[in-house]
Amino acid sequence: MALLQISEPGQSPAPHTRKLAVGIDLGTTNSLVATLRSGTAETLNDAADSALLPSVVQYAGDGGVVVGDQAKLNAAGDPLNTISSVKRLMGRGIGDIKSLGSQLPYSISAGDNGVPLINTCAGAKSAVEISAEILRVLAQRAQAALGGKLEGCVITVPAYFDDAQRQATKDAARLADLNVLRLLNEPTAAAVAYGLDRAEEGVIAVYDLGGGTFDISILHLSRGVFEVLATGGDSALGGDDFDHAIANWLIQAANLGEDLTPQIQRQLLDMARASKEALTLQDSVLVQFGNFSAELTRAQLETLIDPLIEKTLHACKRTLRDAGLKTASIDNVILVGGSTRMPRVRHKVQELFNREPLVNIDPDKVVALGAAIQADILVGNKSSDSLLLLDVIPLSLGLETMGGLVEKIIDRNTTIPVAKAQEFTTFKDGQTAMALHVVQGERDLVKDCRSLARFELRNIPPMVAGAAHIRVTFQVDADGLLSVSAQEESSGVRSTIVVKPSYGLDDSTITNMLLDSFANAKMDTQERALREQQVEAERVIEALANALEQDGEQLLSPGEFAALNQGLQQLREMHNGTDSEAIKLAIEQLAALSENFAAQRMNAAIGKALAGQSLSDFDPS
Amino acid sequence: MALSMSPSAIHHVQRHLQSRGKGVGIRLGVKTTGCSGLSYVLEFVDTIAPEDEVFAQEGFSLIVDPKSLVYLDGTELGFVKEGLNEGFQFNNPNVKNECGCGESFHI
Repeated sequence: MALLQISEPGQSPAPHTRKLAVGIDLGTTNSLVATLRSGTAETLNDAADSALLPSVVQYAGDGGVVVGDQAKLNAAGDPLNTISSVKRLMGRGIGDIKSLGSQLPYSISAGDNGVPLINTCAGAKSAVEISAEILRVLAQRAQAALGGKLEGCVITVPAYFDDAQRQATKDAARLADLNVLRLLNEPTAAAVAYGLDRAEEGVIAVYDLGGGTFDISILHLSRGVFEVLATGGDSALGGDDFDHAIANWLIQAANLGEDLTPQIQRQLLDMARASKEALTLQDSVLVQFGNFSAELTRAQLETLIDPLIEKTLHACKRTLRDAGLKTASIDNVILVGGSTRMPRVRHKVQELFNREPLVNIDPDKVVALGAAIQADILVGNKSSDSLLLLDVIPLSLGLETMGGLVEKIIDRNTTIPVAKAQEFTTFKDGQTAMALHVVQGERDLVKDCRSLARFELRNIPPMVAGAAHIRVTFQVDADGLLSVSAQEESSGVRSTIVVKPSYGLDDSTITNMLLDSFANAKMDTQERALREQQVEAERVIEALANALEQDGEQLLSPGEFAALNQGLQQLREMHNGTDSEAIKLAIEQLAALSENFAAQRMNAAIGKALAGQSLSDFDPS
Repeated sequence: MALSMSPSAIHHVQRHLQSRGKGVGIRLGVKTTGCSGLSYVLEFVDTIAPEDEVFAQEGFSLIVDPKSLVYLDGTELGFVKEGLNEGFQFNNPNVKNECGCGESFHI
């Protein structure tokens, strides 16, 4: 028996046509699923009425898979087969994982394409497969709660997730048999949940302090388009660190010494967490452990955690600076993540931004709720005049050109979906193939950007350098995923690649890519100028050498011929130098020197074309 | 001719109206579609039409157009939870049979 929901006026669906769509917050510590019921976004809770599903997956010996609270409880007893925080591994290569090293208690091996695999009793599992288990449980919960098959879902990802990490998230959804309507940035989802997308314009700071990660994102909203101005944070700072700080205080106060069993440590952390949560509402709490008992006041707690909060505030200031903004230009501050329930955190954030943060939506749920609102629009339950939220690509996408330079095809912050094309040509006479190297980043040189894919366009008809028209099209779909195609216009030969992102990006690269591009802007410009001159010099050398070889001796006096050859030799020697001005000058000198030769070649070519023709062959019309 | 609501249905309508931020009540109705002839309408109401019948509830109005009222007389709007699923349900004494899913019915 289908249960009904209240529709907007005039929009009651015909029977069996309501499309079920959900928003999923696939978190590092916890995951949630939410939907729109009678116009209200609500999380879909489990049988125990809990919205949060711990993002923990245990592979049991009997082939079964346990996800959530039970897996979390089993973690201590079965550490090798119980995987938590798998989001940190999404879209990462084996090299990145090694740098995370000791933090991961699992046995890891390298799979195909350098994808790291975690060895469990159920076999080697990738991060994508493990995430799919979490998604599967959420999907089952949603289908039970909505009484039907899901039409689609919106999954949220951190704003700083790159193509590889987004693709991995989509792969996980496909494995869980979920149709992804769109991936949505987490801070954007939070802004949608608060209805900020309905404003005409605004700058929004989203402060997201979760269990194990801290993210700060600065968004700019303009007519329904969210642009990520800057992101920052600390991937190893969260509520768990607060618990540790309190537990350490307890160990010192109760004189427990240093050799504590894991069980006792667990108990202490649980007690710390309980005290922390109690102090959100009370001014003091009684802490008891064995014979020890003491009062922990809110003031004491604040001394313990203030250094940690200070770290997040530093990151906020840095990110504001990256965005080129002052706190005064922030219109709204949103708090996300369970740890922002702490009064001290709220107070400090309010102090920094000099503005009362938005807190009236549950900070654990706000991202999932925003995703649910988007999902409902995307699946088509809302009338078409509802605002469709657009996202933007986080880093520019481009192509390598001669000299190791990057030609940007799609600029960062372009709204998606988008398709852009640009024409390229061949560099050498008779060139029949072209290697295309797709890169991502803001820097001018390929070596400073991230390599996404390489492919080749073959069977280009032989032509003189510069005569081929090769049209390269970059297309980014609504999820931020890229496909690139190249076509030679005269013959129609074509080659396409869907970017299978090359895994293997080290941690610092993602976060620092943007910063680097600002810091190195001047150097990049100089470097670009030099490379461009070098490439131009090579082109001139190539063309002149070919011409001299063809008819230099016939058209030129021995003196001229020798002078040109000498000039050519000089340019050859200096074109790999580092002085772009000198190379430019040498090219100009050689061009002046060869002017006469070029004119003679032109005359000879025309003479040859005209020889043996009569005037009547030229049609005066 | 009368319509009624269960206490939990009243509670949930109040909640949804509050989160929606506008609207004077909800409309119950019937339209002629579906695999078994008729289907229910359940919508928010922003403006009441002159011909509408209005039944006052706690803090909002229960609204029905006169043509639908013929099919709905005596109906109680309930709110039920079935496992994880939850939603509104028309308990309509006039229904002779309905399609398997309950989304459309026959009188």
